Parts: sequence; C-alpha cells; structure tokens
Amino acid sequence: MTDLAPHLESRQPAHMPGTAEEAAIWAVLAEVPDPEVPALSLLDLGVIRAVHVVSPPKEGRGGVAKIDVTPTYTGCPATGLINEMIKAAVTNAGYHDTSINMVISPAWTTDWITAEGREKLREYGIAPPVGSAPSGKAALFGVSPVVTCPRCSSENTEQVSEFGATACKAMYRCLACQEPFEYFKCI
Amino acid sequence: MGCIYQTEENPHFQYVLGLADDALILGQRWGEWLSKGPTLELDIAASNLALDLIGQANLLLEHAAELEGKGHTADDLAYLRDAHDFRNHWLVEQPNDDWGVTTARMLVFSLYQYCRYEALVKSSDAHLADIVAKALKEVSYHRRFAAEWTIRLGQGTEESNQRIQRGFDMLWRFVPELFETVCWEQTLADDGIAVASGTLQDAWEAEVTLILTQANLSVPKGDAHQFGSRHDGHHTEHLGTLLCELQFLQRSYPTASGAVW
Ligand SMILES: [Zn+2]
Repeated sequence: MTDLAPHLESRQPAHMPGTAEEAAIWAVLAEVPDPEVPALSLLDLGVIRAVHVVSPPKEGRGGVAKIDVTPTYTGCPATGLINEMIKAAVTNAGYHDTSINMVISPAWTTDWITAEGREKLREYGIAPPVGSAPSGKAALFGVSPVVTCPRCSSENTEQVSEFGATACKAMYRCLACQEPFEYFKCI
Repeated sequence: MGCIYQTEENPHFQYVLGLADDALILGQRWGEWLSKGPTLELDIAASNLALDLIGQANLLLEHAAELEGKGHTADDLAYLRDAHDFRNHWLVEQPNDDWGVTTARMLVFSLYQYCRYEALVKSSDAHLADIVAKALKEVSYHRRFAAEWTIRLGQGTEESNQRIQRGFDMLWRFVPELFETVCWEQTLADDGIAVASGTLQDAWEAEVTLILTQANLSVPKGDAHQFGSRHDGHHTEHLGTLLCELQFLQRSYPTASGAVW
C-alpha cells in the first residue's frame, strides 16, 4: 500500500523496520524542512524517532498515526512548529488523526544527523558537527575540535562565540578567507 | 501569608519543584540581559542560556505537576504561584547587577547544577533521570562558558579582575544554602530518588577553587552562614519583583482555563 506518496522513494532509516504504510510516512517526513535550518529535513536532523500507523486510511476514511519526536535542545523554540509541520504533512498524506508523542530519552545527539544531512549543512554554509558526541563525564575544558571552513575548506578557523543564532550552533570565523560562519555544535 | 505547599507534604514533588524553580528563575535573570548584553555575541549567548534553562524548567515543571497530582499544568506552576511557594535557591533570584556578578553567579550555579544533574542521572525516578540526562548536555556548555569568562575577566585588566572578584564576594553568602540537606531530602536520597545536596560540596569546591586560582581570583573568606529556608517560603525581596515581570501578562489577562503561554 504505497498510494500515499507513490512518487517518493522510501527514506525510512534502515534501522527502523516497519510496514509499507510507515515507510511511506517516513518518505513524507523526509521532505519536511527543519524550520531553523531549512537545508536539513527533519529526517536528516534525526528528531523523528519512530512512526506508528495505528490504522491506514482506506475507502475515504482518514488513517490514524502516531509519530515519536524528540527535541534537539530542551528550550528549542522551534519544537512546537516542528510538531505542527509534522502533523500537517502526515495529515495531508491521509492520516487525519495524527498525534505527536514527545520523547526525551535517549537524549538527542548530533550523532543522529545523517551523513547526507552533514553534507547539506556544509553546502548551506554551516560547518557540520566534528566527531561524535562526548560520552560519560564531559571535561570542563575539552579540546576544541578542528572546524573546517564550509566555504574555503581551510582548517585555520577560530571560535567567536560558543552560542549562535540558534541553540544548536556556535559562531566561528575563518582566518584564511575571513568569512564568518556557523558551526553545528556537537552534543 | 502561608505557603500553599507545606514542606512535609509530598516531598518528591517539592524536590522536583525546587529543581524546576532554580532553572526557571535563573533563566528569567538571563532573559533580562536581552538587548543589554556587553557585546552582541554575549547578548545572543544570554538568550541561549535563558532558553536552555527555561526549557529545562518546562520539562521539570511538567513532571512536578504530574507528581503533585492536582491537575495543574507546568504553566500554572510557573505563572500562578506567589513568591512564598517558589522553592529556588536565593542565589538564582539575586539581581544580575553587572557582567562580573552575573558571570560569578553562573560559575557558582552551573558547577553546582552540573554536579546535581550528574548524580540525578541515576535517580530511581526514571522520568527525572531522563530529563537531567538531556539537560546535562546543555549545562556542560553553561559551566564551560562561565569558567572561560571567569578566567578571561580575572586575568584581564585590573578593572575586570575587581569586578568579577566583587561578584564572588557579594554572592558567597548564598553558597551554603546550595549544600543544605533538609531531612526530607535525605529521606528521598535514601530512597534513590534525590541526591543529598551536602554530598556535592567537595566536588564543587574543588572545581570552583581550581577555576578561581587559574583566574587570579581569591576564594572569598569569612563566615557564610546564610541559609535560605526556601522550603518554608522565605525569599529575598528580589524574587517578588522578578515574578512581577515573569507573571505580568498572565495575571493581567487571566484565562478561564488557567495559565496558557
Ligand atoms: Zn574560509
């Protein structure tokens, strides 16, 4: 049953087995942009944790779906909007009763940003997170990662501020091409 | 004026409420820096710190409301309680004053909050453990930010050194309250739900001493015996004025169904 979005190739993550209907919803969500970093889809960002089809739409009746979503940061002001966008997209796909289940455990990590998402970030001008998230007790003063300039690829960059225009980013500048840029912090 | 929440009533709720109120009140203090930060970058940093803390407060207040079991929402608890029903430490309600005082407070508090959350990751209250595990990632940025600024100001000019030293000297009397373990907190700790605040003091002192030394600052001396008795609803005068601003809209334009923000 793929008539929900037959033109979309399934973008369901390999580690999330599910039914054909669920695969179709994953494909729909792969087209929903993150409102703060629209170069990324919500799937690239890793905030969609699970898709459950309770009952598929049939014979003109709307379907019922539940989507598990996790926030990036506890106070991310986009969380409400992201939930509304998910609801709208899945409702448009025929699931007139779509509910969002917020999950906070395990806590979101930048490790969940897909490889494709990292490449999209770079093209968009945001340096993707370097390495993987620290596990266990974080050092008070960690070794600063080498952040590559998304414009000229120089490694000769410096942090301007730990905090940027959104909770998930820090401000950097490139000492080679002189351009300021944002870095997607590794958490 | 009596407290709605007597200390002996539902200590599990009171404990989570205390965690939430610390985050909410300090988040509000950070919000007061918006448009007034010393530089544009710090203005943005202030809004990020405020958002993180208010986000944590929201999750903790939702959990507290569940534990309370009286049908309140997180917004009800944030916007419809009066000062004597807040359970935050006196430290976080103190005015921002200047950047030196604000930074000193953030160092003292974020090191404390990190120790507290780190211990609570193992709480037998699974929902609380999930919340603090998430918040810990944010607080590790906060304490690094505060430590770097403490060192920058301490090692900077004579003026910047004096201003941040003044911050630590002014706020030091609020430190003992952070490590006060009231008897019901000890009972909760024995049950694996809470962490006894007193057990955090050694690790905190070691870290704060290390950073102050590196920053060419002195650890304030003298007797600091200020206990807040916040559990009985006592606060400094500053909490009331803070709440005037925090709760103004909700109180001026009340809705029939309680707070909605
Ligand atoms: Zn460059």
